[in-house]
Amino acid sequence: MTADAVAFWCLAVVLVGSALAVVLTKNLFHAVLWLALALTGTAGVFLLLDAEFIAAVQLLLYAGGIVTIVVFAIVVTERLVGERISQTSRRIAGGAVVAGGVLALILNAVRGQVFPAARPEMVGDLTRTVGETVMTRFVLAFELLAVLMLAALMGAIYFARPDD
Amino acid sequence: MGLQAYLTLAAIVFCIGLFGVMTRRNTIGILLGIELMLNSVNINLVAFGRYSGDVTGMVFTVFTICITVAEAAVGLAIVILLFRVRRTVTADHLDLLRG
Repeated sequence: MTADAVAFWCLAVVLVGSALAVVLTKNLFHAVLWLALALTGTAGVFLLLDAEFIAAVQLLLYAGGIVTIVVFAIVVTERLVGERISQTSRRIAGGAVVAGGVLALILNAVRGQVFPAARPEMVGDLTRTVGETVMTRFVLAFELLAVLMLAALMGAIYFARPDD
Repeated sequence: MGLQAYLTLAAIVFCIGLFGVMTRRNTIGILLGIELMLNSVNINLVAFGRYSGDVTGMVFTVFTICITVAEAAVGLAIVILLFRVRRTVTADHLDLLRG
């Protein structure tokens, strides 16, 4: 096996294992920590795909940002120590059947297709190309995204404002 | 590694997230499952983009990551508001709209 394949399988084991831990652990705070590991593993997968910039964004925004605000939400709504933070699941069998069915459907669709086995060579600096594409071809979507972020932040502040 | 391996990995993570969304009782737990699902979609986008030699997939991933962060901020704000009003974040108890 090549070094790429070894790294892929290690990351795949970490990613699937931590994802299972996110949905199965009793302690909600531990689930968030497992989610942080899963998101970091995804950043590793992005590195394997030569997407260094996406991996950095993933670590900064996802593993840094989302995990922090989820922990804040847990601190506000539950007690960090004690019984309250433990959570139960319901209808595990039904959920497993539906999730397994969807997985079988997707894998069936993936197997039926012929995909390129080798990656084409990318010319030049990939991060630079991504930046130039965002600022030229997708500039309208980029500006709309800025409006969306502003609206989302104002909405979040409106919802979570203290009563007066 | 071929494209198929990445697609399979993303499908597995997506279905684990789906399982979490369907089985968790706690609203924050449901949000964690949604994060997993959105995350696996990003793997698909980057893998397709890389194997077709096009940066569009990576550009879309940047966009979806930003949208996910906005979704998490609004979702958690709603959870905090719900907790303030109903003193619970268990999804089964949030049945205000049930007729």
